[in-house]
Amino acid sequence: MAHSLTIKDNYRESQLFNRRALATAFVILLLVIILVARLVHLQILSHEHYTTLSHNNRVKITPMPPRRGLIYDRNGLLLAENIPSFSLELIPEQISDMDATLDALQEIITISERDLSSFRKLLKQKRRFENIPLRFRLNEEEVARFAVNQHLFDGVEVQARPIRHYPFDELTAHVIGYVGRLDVNELNRVDSANYSATSHIGKLGVEKAYEDTLHGTVGYNHVEANAQGRTLRILARTPPQPGHDLKLNLDIRLQQMANEALGDRKGSIVAIDPNSGAILAMVSKPSYDPNLFVNGIDPKAYGSLRDSKAKPLFNRALRGQYPPGSTVKPFIGLAGLEHGYNHRHSVFCPGWFSLQGDDHRYRDWKKTGHGTTNLDKAITESCDVYFYQLATELRIDKIHNFMKRFGFGDKTGIDIQGELSGLFPSREWKRRMRNQPWYPGETVITGIGQGFTLTTPLQLASATATLAMHGLRYQPRLIDTIKDVSDDETIRLKSVVLSNPQNWDTVIESMINVVHGERGTARKLAVKSKYVIAGKTGTAQVFGIAQDEEYDEENIAKKLRDHSLFVSFAPAENPRIAVAVVAENSGSGSAVAAPIARKIMDGYLLENKQ
Amino acid sequence: MNWVADDFSPQRRRQGTMSSVFHIDLPLLIGLLLLSILGLVILYSAGNQNIDLIYRQATRLGIGFGLLVVIAQISPRQLKDWTPWLFTLGTLLLIAVLVFGEGKGAQRWLDLGFVRFQPSEIMKLAVPMMIAWIFAESVLPPKLSRIMVALACIAVPALLVARQPDLGTALLIGFGGLVVLLFAGIRWRYIFGAGFLMIAALPLLWFGMHDYQRQRVLTFLNPEADPLGAGWHIVQSKIAIGSGGIYGKGWLNGSQSHLEFLPERSTDFIFAVFSEEFGLIGVLIMLALYLFIIIRGLIIASQGQDTFGRLLAGSLTVTFFFNIIVNIGMVTGLLPIVGLPLPLISYGGTSLVTLMAVFGMLMSVQTHRKFMTT
Repeated sequence: MAHSLTIKDNYRESQLFNRRALATAFVILLLVIILVARLVHLQILSHEHYTTLSHNNRVKITPMPPRRGLIYDRNGLLLAENIPSFSLELIPEQISDMDATLDALQEIITISERDLSSFRKLLKQKRRFENIPLRFRLNEEEVARFAVNQHLFDGVEVQARPIRHYPFDELTAHVIGYVGRLDVNELNRVDSANYSATSHIGKLGVEKAYEDTLHGTVGYNHVEANAQGRTLRILARTPPQPGHDLKLNLDIRLQQMANEALGDRKGSIVAIDPNSGAILAMVSKPSYDPNLFVNGIDPKAYGSLRDSKAKPLFNRALRGQYPPGSTVKPFIGLAGLEHGYNHRHSVFCPGWFSLQGDDHRYRDWKKTGHGTTNLDKAITESCDVYFYQLATELRIDKIHNFMKRFGFGDKTGIDIQGELSGLFPSREWKRRMRNQPWYPGETVITGIGQGFTLTTPLQLASATATLAMHGLRYQPRLIDTIKDVSDDETIRLKSVVLSNPQNWDTVIESMINVVHGERGTARKLAVKSKYVIAGKTGTAQVFGIAQDEEYDEENIAKKLRDHSLFVSFAPAENPRIAVAVVAENSGSGSAVAAPIARKIMDGYLLENKQ
Repeated sequence: MNWVADDFSPQRRRQGTMSSVFHIDLPLLIGLLLLSILGLVILYSAGNQNIDLIYRQATRLGIGFGLLVVIAQISPRQLKDWTPWLFTLGTLLLIAVLVFGEGKGAQRWLDLGFVRFQPSEIMKLAVPMMIAWIFAESVLPPKLSRIMVALACIAVPALLVARQPDLGTALLIGFGGLVVLLFAGIRWRYIFGAGFLMIAALPLLWFGMHDYQRQRVLTFLNPEADPLGAGWHIVQSKIAIGSGGIYGKGWLNGSQSHLEFLPERSTDFIFAVFSEEFGLIGVLIMLALYLFIIIRGLIIASQGQDTFGRLLAGSLTVTFFFNIIVNIGMVTGLLPIVGLPLPLISYGGTSLVTLMAVFGMLMSVQTHRKFMTT
């Protein structure tokens, strides 16, 4: 073959090249024809289709946020409102020298390092024509000072935007909660279309539980816009539907009174209208200013709230689980009557109690003993030995089943989230949770509300209301009515029905004696009382005292001192209010918690003309 | 091929001076200038009438044309002598980029302190040169052993660039090298055999891809499935082109472009802006200009006096076409999105300068002929 020669033949190779070049030109032409065919398809055959799409591209829908519903107390006082908040906002594309502008602004308005750093972060994320906030919550003086100098600042403006505000700040934090900036997780939970213009969402309390009601429905502007969302012209608008206003059962005046009555103590007060379950007051102390959280709390302030030993962020009314102490005695007494114990039946109280075959002594708070004690005396004077004996004879499971009917150990179902269930122990519970058998000694102390038993102030108030109503139970409710929506019904729970209804009066009589009886533990409350109060004191032990030791209040650190408790309702014959008071580490129930409860009942029954 | 004009026509003589004294090929130069001017006109609209953008692009074009003239003065023989050194240097720089390089997302840039550049741009020239050099002195069609050496010289740089990862440039480099093989006259059965192998290897390629590259392929197959995400580019681009119609919406009147629906409208997607504003008629004129340059390039190649010049000119011309077809195919939704600019029209510096170097070489091949043959 000619190719076997290794001499280059330029002519032949040139011919070979030309053939290949021709083939390539042919392929190129073919591809160009395909391309032209594609363009003919797009620009002629589908022209109308794409013209429509192109036109639709001009019209964009921009959402408008609805006004959030307001929250009122039962007397129409505003508890949560939307006030205009002035913020200083910059539009980057209108500012020629950002650094100089920021420096000049600092001359007239205080801008912290934190403001600056979050501004710079947003500056990178947002688009050049969007408003970027530099400072929130300008005061009037700052607004005025900027207004005077506004001509010097192109692209800087003061914007008034509605912001949630809680005028009673600390007083309502644990009830209403607060709104905060919507985060990614929340955005996944809610209907994202409806929240497309919303920046804040209920994070806690009523604001969270009634988020759907309060939020409202988003509105839309149909605008001509470019792909980056810059509005060029508004074509049509669908106004947003504001959220519904809420009226709470809470009486803010009573709330204020309860708050003052508790003073500097840590603790909680819950007041309920037994006829409906309406929560009249719900205090948890210490508290915090919910307004701090609305636009994002600064980390330092948050850190000090979180790390404070007093735990101001902790909602004691819903989540504080306290040993109920002697406040359970009326209920345990009722359990005894229900199981066939005669209320005249007496127990001798020498000041201590022992189980058979065990020399451990369970002490009575009164060292000398109460002597011969029947149920009435046991409740009135809060005799421990009587209830040690009664509990031992009833055994734990009967007590547990009876107490459960009042809601002990279960959530009350209040209409805000976060509630804890407390604990009322049983044999089955101990086996399941601790994998241990039940010991008889544990039954003994359960009889006086110690041991494993834990209750929240809300549970205590709710159970007391049930007792006051002779077993009629209502779910505790913060919301009275939702404006424009008929939702003012009460929620009845399963009533506690006794085999002998007479027993209610027997126990209530004894609770009246606690206050009005000569030897009642809260007899000081009866002084100048214009109505009859039924109550029960409680002193919950926080600190275990060894067998041979004395409880010496003076020498025990404050945080280990007993909790002071009091449950009560009034007027006894026609109950209108039930109150539970828990004052942490404050000593005995009669000395501290009872007078606090009296102030609240006075405030509600005497000053409230309803 | 009737462009080969009569030696004695007046036009031929004038061209002769341009050609022999300044080493400039006039038809090619005119084609390039027309397209460059067209590019500036579109860019003015695509860049929202930002005159600074035009000044910057015009400056680059000036530098590019300067480089073109300089390279045109170098004879193909000289280019051929430099080829192995340029290739070796380029490959080393590519390795350096993988080790020291910088760039957002993909490593493409090499910072030498005084200048930052992409070594992959050098390879767009060096690979076709190298393959042409390999075949320049051998008898064509080439033997299998030489083809293997050539394939290795294509694969190494192309893979290095693909690793950066810069798929578009890697494609151009690989393509530029393979076209030389085609022009060197390797047997059709090799070409079809390789084509068959490549189709068979597609699934393997899929597993070797980065996630974003796979996403692009999926999006290409069904852009409407994700119209606000990755499919946005293609959908918006098709709307721009389709709504342009036959006559277009007029210069500066493209709503898709000016309402900023079209992404990367000054760079990779500038063809969509042009189609929207100038319609099918404008597009046909642009394609005609491109075809004019390509055909002129093929003529230069076929008139080349030695194998090196012919192969180089042929490869560079066809790669230029390949670049165009990939960009327009992508913008019209015929091909997946590969980050390649539209030559001479898209805003951007590095590739423009490389392109002018390419045309400088074409002119060098055309104007350094020792004697004219027809």
